[in-house]
Amino acid sequence: MSTLLALEGVRAGYGQTRALHGVSMSVGEGDIVALLGANGAGKTTTLRAVTGGVRWEGSIHFAGRSLSRMSTESVVRLGIAHVPEGRGIITQLTVDENLRLGAYLRRDRQGVRADYERVFDYFPILRERRELSAGALSGGEQQMLALARALLMRPRLLLLDEPSLGLAPLVVRSLFEIIRTINEKEGVAVLLVEQNARIALELSSHAYVLEVGRVAVEGPSAQLKEEESVRRSYLGY
Amino acid sequence: MTALRNAPPRYALVVLVVLFFAGLPTVVTSFQSLEWAGVLIFAIAIMGLNVLVGYNGQISLGHGAFMALGAYTTAILVHRYQLNYLVTIPIAGLLTGLVGFFLGIPALRLSPLYLALATFALAVVTPSLIKRPEGLTNGVQGIQLLPPDPPPLLSDVFSLVNGGQPMTSEQWLYYLSFAIALLLFWVAWNLIRHRPGRALRAIRDGEVAAAAFGVNVAGYKTLAFGLSAFYAGVAGSLYGLATGFVSPDTFPVSLSFQLLVGAVIGGLASIAGPLVGGIFTYWLPIVSSQFVSDQTWIPSQISAVFVNAGPAVTYGALLILIMIFAPNGVVGLILSGYRRLRDRLRGAGERGTGQMPPDHQTI
Amino acid sequence: MQDFLQQVVSGIATGGIFASLALALVLIYNAMGLVNFAQGEMAMLATFTALSLIQRGVDYWIALPVTLVLAFVGGVVIQRVVIRPVERAPVLTLVIVTLGLATLINGLAGFLFGYVPRSFPSPFSVQTVSILGAFASYQDLGVIVVSAIVLVLMYVLLQRTPIGLAMRAAAHQPEASRLLGIRVSWMLALGWGLASAVGAVSGIMAAPALLLEPNMMQTVIIYAFAAAVLGGIESPLGAVLGGLIVGVTVNLAGAYVPGVGGDLQLAVAFAIIIAVLVLKPNGLMGRGSVRRA
Repeated sequence: MSTLLALEGVRAGYGQTRALHGVSMSVGEGDIVALLGANGAGKTTTLRAVTGGVRWEGSIHFAGRSLSRMSTESVVRLGIAHVPEGRGIITQLTVDENLRLGAYLRRDRQGVRADYERVFDYFPILRERRELSAGALSGGEQQMLALARALLMRPRLLLLDEPSLGLAPLVVRSLFEIIRTINEKEGVAVLLVEQNARIALELSSHAYVLEVGRVAVEGPSAQLKEEESVRRSYLGY
Repeated sequence: MTALRNAPPRYALVVLVVLFFAGLPTVVTSFQSLEWAGVLIFAIAIMGLNVLVGYNGQISLGHGAFMALGAYTTAILVHRYQLNYLVTIPIAGLLTGLVGFFLGIPALRLSPLYLALATFALAVVTPSLIKRPEGLTNGVQGIQLLPPDPPPLLSDVFSLVNGGQPMTSEQWLYYLSFAIALLLFWVAWNLIRHRPGRALRAIRDGEVAAAAFGVNVAGYKTLAFGLSAFYAGVAGSLYGLATGFVSPDTFPVSLSFQLLVGAVIGGLASIAGPLVGGIFTYWLPIVSSQFVSDQTWIPSQISAVFVNAGPAVTYGALLILIMIFAPNGVVGLILSGYRRLRDRLRGAGERGTGQMPPDHQTI
Repeated sequence: MQDFLQQVVSGIATGGIFASLALALVLIYNAMGLVNFAQGEMAMLATFTALSLIQRGVDYWIALPVTLVLAFVGGVVIQRVVIRPVERAPVLTLVIVTLGLATLINGLAGFLFGYVPRSFPSPFSVQTVSILGAFASYQDLGVIVVSAIVLVLMYVLLQRTPIGLAMRAAAHQPEASRLLGIRVSWMLALGWGLASAVGAVSGIMAAPALLLEPNMMQTVIIYAFAAAVLGGIESPLGAVLGGLIVGVTVNLAGAYVPGVGGDLQLAVAFAIIIAVLVLKPNGLMGRGSVRRA
């Protein structure tokens, strides 16, 4: 399987403090890859480096193209949808307006219309809430809206930053079900940042564990799940 | 705190500046003394604004209105009630300070942006508000004030150092402004160094945190407003006395701008800043107009336009440039230049040599 | 009664002028949480541009759109050159920069065009027409129609087009908008351009009555502040409503309240500003808090 996203020796930080000390990892076309680790390990920063939200050194390639010195807007235009921490919903706008922003870059009206229908099939609740203010949605609904909006961007790669945060376990389960379906049906690769290691390892085929800005362990998810020592020392369950 | 330790030899500098201003009337003409009185008066008003904007982080675009109140208080008391003009100066200051204090209460509820809006509107309406109670303010006619005579004793002392020439009323006005400026700068300096100053700055840097440390946020903010208005009121009072005439047109919106420019150019949150700002804002229009009218090759219509437009263009451009490139004003530039020079003289080994010191951006 | 109606109609006309400038203020407020103190001066400069065109023999109805385009470009340039370097600075710094801009433009206009008030042509005659028993001048009606067209166009642009949606998104949440591929910085520039153009309409409509000189907009901007604050400074619709209310109120106060003539009408605007800020800081249509840390 060909590599879609490749990071090599990526260092990044905020001001004086370094958050990443040389992270290398890759995501294959159509893969689901989990990025795990404790708070402050650099998971969010890794995602932000990819979409240019933080200054970084090293190399990041997407579909063979270097992302060095590219603005967030330009990276996104290459086909990366990033659902950030806190979901990035524009709460002052309606649900429908948020969805339309997902299709902001697209010029194929027919395709967008079809995608709308597909997205509403995944998340029927959004069709009902279409005219509501996005700020009025529950946490789970907002996460669905964020996913739906990301899908309307027709990405090749989906970056998800802690989609389970603050959601009830049942909601999390159905959300991850949908993520799996999306990955299988649409062929969208997913790079998933999660605190909830158990469920992330279930979903993903490959996983990286970050520790203070470095990759501490990596391997097939199934394998990591089985290894007692890894589970204890890095994943905490 | 490092800023204090790194400061230039402060006391020597202060003594030098005080001596310069004390001796000035003996070397310049009587009329020029009056102009320098204007500089000091501006410096007082700008110091007041600096307490509010620089140290407390509140904004006022309406300090010209406070000056107007001070000036009219003195003018009306002297003109109508024959009060001694010296008595009216503290009255003007206290009255304006009181008004400022009470205006500071609604200001508490306003965001910085709305405060800017409200005070700006105040500055714009002030001239028309002054015109209305004609029985009191003489409307558009304004009120004339006679130039005050210097006290005989002072005049005699002055003639000793000035080659036997007695003190003129212009020189007296200069020394009066000088004495009051000295007093008020000293008061401000003491305030800033001690507890109230720390409280003001803490509020500026973060109201919630300041409140958490037990600072009475509302109290200090209204106090800053009142104190700031007090300075402006005193300055206004002196301004009226020095110009000998107050009218609604003496206090246009542009006066408020001029004060703000002075505060920003000198350097917000610095004690020396207002003096630099006063010198600059007072002299710029005068110098530029004289310079342009002296150029005989410029046709008179064009030079007239220059005289009118020049200061506005310069003020505007400077405000923008300073905010972009030197948010700490002239004093900030000098201080960082001094530090760099000293570090270089001391040689390498000191950290940060040749680098800009971290900007203590004040607003 | 007839007289009263006439005052209301001419109040609506002035209100339209205030509303345009207030809308310009709201556009920039929404884009970056800033009140642009230079908005009036930018409008004044645009009005001088229009006058220069007309004096060179350009037809009024061609000069108007050309001026608006130039004003738009000017707004974009100002954002790129002057505002962008301090975009992330505290709001106080931004306010001081816009004040500097106001002073600078005022001086430049004085420098280029002088301080002698000039008459500005109006395409509408001063003759009156009777509507429902009240006499309204074509001038007033023309101002109302032009202002209404501009306001409707702005509404459509902001609420009904993708670019308007992107502008609103960028204003509310710049970071999240970037991740959707919206070029946020250009949206800001676009906001400044639009505000500049809308403000220019206000200047051009005001000039025939006020006479054009560099300080022409200094009073109009106060009325526009009052209108924007009254409407709730983040609401475009509120700005329009506020503009109309302020226009009619000021006109009626000038006509019927003894002593409130001429320049004291400004005090009415001031009173409105203070009253709203103290009693109802969110204005008529504003929602939520207006505080910005």
